[in-house]
Amino acid sequence: MIEIKGIFKTFGENDVLRGISAKFKPGKNNLIIGGSGSGKTTLLKCIVGLHEPTKGDVLFDGQNFTEMDFEQRVPIRTHIGMLFQNSALFDSMTVEENIMFPLNLFTNQTHAEKLDRADFCLERVNLKGKNKLYPSELSGGMKKRVGIARAISMQPKYLFVDEPNSGLDPKTSILIDELINELTEEYQITTVIVTHDMNSVMGIGDHIIFLHQGKKWWEGTKEEIAHTDNKELNDFVFASKFMRAAKARL
Amino acid sequence: MRLSFRKPEKFSVYWAEVMREMVSVGVGSLGIISIISVFIGAATTIQVAFQLSSPLVPRSIAGSIARDSTILEFSPTISSLVLAGRVGSSMASQIGTMRVTEQIDALEIMGVNAQGYLISPKIIAGVTMFPILVIVSITLGITGGYIACVLSGDVSPADYLVGVHEGFEGLTIRVAIVKAIVFGFLITSICSYQGFYTEGGALEVGQSATKGVVYSCVMVLFADLVITRLML
Repeated sequence: MIEIKGIFKTFGENDVLRGISAKFKPGKNNLIIGGSGSGKTTLLKCIVGLHEPTKGDVLFDGQNFTEMDFEQRVPIRTHIGMLFQNSALFDSMTVEENIMFPLNLFTNQTHAEKLDRADFCLERVNLKGKNKLYPSELSGGMKKRVGIARAISMQPKYLFVDEPNSGLDPKTSILIDELINELTEEYQITTVIVTHDMNSVMGIGDHIIFLHQGKKWWEGTKEEIAHTDNKELNDFVFASKFMRAAKARL
Repeated sequence: MRLSFRKPEKFSVYWAEVMREMVSVGVGSLGIISIISVFIGAATTIQVAFQLSSPLVPRSIAGSIARDSTILEFSPTISSLVLAGRVGSSMASQIGTMRVTEQIDALEIMGVNAQGYLISPKIIAGVTMFPILVIVSITLGITGGYIACVLSGDVSPADYLVGVHEGFEGLTIRVAIVKAIVFGFLITSICSYQGFYTEGGALEVGQSATKGVVYSCVMVLFADLVITRLML
């Protein structure tokens, strides 16, 4: 299980995160939502160690990740997969090489076994046969799927996803959400997704944390979100006419 | 720098990266180094012949001066300044682009020592391939001088060859090699550093590449002075 305790993050004079504590539900989709500048991505980066929190602790299965040095973090990192906002595929490598990259570094599998794993991961994200393409030859949605394939190549226990729907059309967004949801359920991965897409929230949000002004403002499920009286959350969730109309129909 | 030379996660993966960088730095720079070396060697020989056109000075001296200038200064220093532009800017912009497109974050998430994986192969390629390129440059520079003699007739090719052989000291080659190693290290490490700590977007990537080239050129010229003073 992933637990965060009193996370503060300050950049210069700017307090981005102000004492966030939460437990992410194992084997579920945990969504961090909030408006632009609320600290969602900073929190995600603090959890995975790309930013060091100014104060507070991040625990993976009870192990304090924040106190570990680079070497001590490596065994935990091999259980982490991450899908970045812009996919962050390695430009100089083919799709297949991208997926095999962590396998090359952290496993002793034979080349054939690694190729099999890459094939399996690509098939899982519906990109069978795209092994030899370079990232520049892929569409935005395909890049996201390759990013997911790379993230699951090491069979992670934790999957972190930053804005999975950014830059995608609604249909592709739903496909990516469904794919993440399927993988979470199938492999019992603890998935943490940062998003401000309400379709994702209502579609796959098992456990939702709402951030506002760098603080945890609300926590609950997608069923609870529709009936909350939290003003800031209501302002965020029902900002669009469509969502207000949907709420009126409930 | 310390992080760049930490024990690799898997030697074979790093070795492949070192080989790739060596090909990129070495083979990739061969063309431009060959062209500038031949022309600089030829121009130097013609200018020396022009300046020493006295009946009291043996014509072969043009060969000796062109040789020493090429070995001690033109090949290691001018080549390195050109390589700072070609190799250094490419390294800074490559790593900078990886930074702003979160590819370095992706490496770190996987548990890869990003500095080690991205920077150390480039430094190793620099310190190994620069001396080879400088040796090639010296050979072609002296050949360029010979071609200039043949084509211009300012100095007879025979006199030039006598001058090239006369009073040759092995120390000059050692100085050139030391310079090449130091310059290779400076250019690759400074440019990689500038790229690695890029923040922002495309504009900042360009600025990092420019800064990398400018800083490494200044450091190359400073190191050139220090090495020359210490070794000669």
